[in-house]
Amino acid sequence: MSVKAVVEVKEGDVLAALRQFLRGLLEAQVVDALLVPLELPSGDAVVQTLVKDPERLERANPLAPVMPVNSASLVSRLTRRGNREKVGVVLRSCEMRALIELVKLQQASLDNLVTLGIDCLGTYEVTEYAQLRSDDDDGSGPSREQLKAASQGEILPVEGYEFRAACQICEYPVPANVDIAIGIIGVDTETKILLDMGPEIGKEVLEKLGLGEGEAPAREETVAKLVAEREKARDEAFSNFRERVNDVPSLVAQFSTCISCHNCAHACPICYCKECIFETDTFRHPSERYLMWAGRKGAARMPSDTLLFQLTRMNHMVTSCVGCGMCESACPSDLPLALIFRAVGEKVQHLFEYLPGRSLEEELPVATFKEDEFPEYK
Amino acid sequence: MESFEPRIVAFLCNWCAYTGADLAGTSRLQYPPNVRTIRVMCTGGVDPIYVIKALLEGADGVLIGGCHPGDCHYQSGNLKARRRVAILSSILEQLGLDPDRVWLRWISASEGKRFADTIEEMVQALKEKGPNPMREVWAI
Repeated sequence: MSVKAVVEVKEGDVLAALRQFLRGLLEAQVVDALLVPLELPSGDAVVQTLVKDPERLERANPLAPVMPVNSASLVSRLTRRGNREKVGVVLRSCEMRALIELVKLQQASLDNLVTLGIDCLGTYEVTEYAQLRSDDDDGSGPSREQLKAASQGEILPVEGYEFRAACQICEYPVPANVDIAIGIIGVDTETKILLDMGPEIGKEVLEKLGLGEGEAPAREETVAKLVAEREKARDEAFSNFRERVNDVPSLVAQFSTCISCHNCAHACPICYCKECIFETDTFRHPSERYLMWAGRKGAARMPSDTLLFQLTRMNHMVTSCVGCGMCESACPSDLPLALIFRAVGEKVQHLFEYLPGRSLEEELPVATFKEDEFPEYK
Repeated sequence: MESFEPRIVAFLCNWCAYTGADLAGTSRLQYPPNVRTIRVMCTGGVDPIYVIKALLEGADGVLIGGCHPGDCHYQSGNLKARRRVAILSSILEQLGLDPDRVWLRWISASEGKRFADTIEEMVQALKEKGPNPMREVWAI
């Protein structure tokens, strides 16, 4: 049975309330350290920071609409070989879902971790966010108007700016499977923030922070409405992609500007291989081989195996793709990778009735098998 | 396509399909010479990258031959292969490549005839399809 509580907000200053709440967690030793986005001194960027000194939380900004790195990768670094301190991590939905996949891939651990999921009101590209900050002092997070809109289930970007493509089609604005869920969407944030917590941690938080129980009855319905809108946008985007890429020439054209930098793989929280085959000598071919390939087709694009990289990466990780869009954000050629991988991933995941990040109990499709399945193979 | 001869790359598991292919040979069974065999210890060791590479280089067909489910020398390698081929097929189909150029077949060590028949069948099917369009595509 979950414990629902509220954190009081004064005059709609949600950020101040959040800072105070997080500070409370650290000071009351509910956690020994917090991984939370902090404003950088430069004033144009917000990055995940491991904080031990509650004073530093003055600059915490978990509402900042930017995600330079998928935090699941960071949690993996912190916990992959065990973690002995109680660490709280503030995560968006896609970060939590990626973390669940990483735990199943044995690249992260939830031991000693307190996951604080926070509603996502969309993110901008890192450079866009920096521009936004330099345009307008108040661009650090959702404005009071935007928060009011969010309480009605409307997530809108600042005028003149667009959310990342992955965010525009994301039907998971609210994180699941977290220890403490921080609720903003469908909540009257003029006066409160909702906390939805697991029974044990909830009890601890209520006691140590002196919070009162509370509810946000409109939340479920409001979230459902937003989700439905995003699903519609998602299906439309998938449909457009499928119409655009459906034969060899269109497939080749889709990846024509790929420069094989592998930034997508580096940015992807799921691509955890320390030694990706594409970065080994396997792909530093001897001269004769390049010349042989050029001989066979008359010409050979260099460096070789660009499409092979994309298709192989897809085969290796798409069953766990959570659609965070780090790939697309990292791509120097602006390839619509989030859309491509999500669209292809949807049908592949459907083969196994699998949704990445939905449950720790669901086995990775690539890590298991059934004795009787896919009877079409004889 | 009068004289189109399909080129098939076959990944055959050491214990079943490769041995079956060998039996076809020792039994002097006639089958089309269009196949280049690659012996792997188990179909479970066939990474999709090998199959995709073959297709992108212009192989007209890729055959993966393994033990019948339940008979894998390593217990379940072939069952993992089955999932990987299902995933690969879905991806190929969604991106405009032809999933029917990738075949997964269970061929036991004693099924020399089945191996020969499979090649015969595959060559026929590929002749009808025509050459892999990737043969001409260098811009990848």
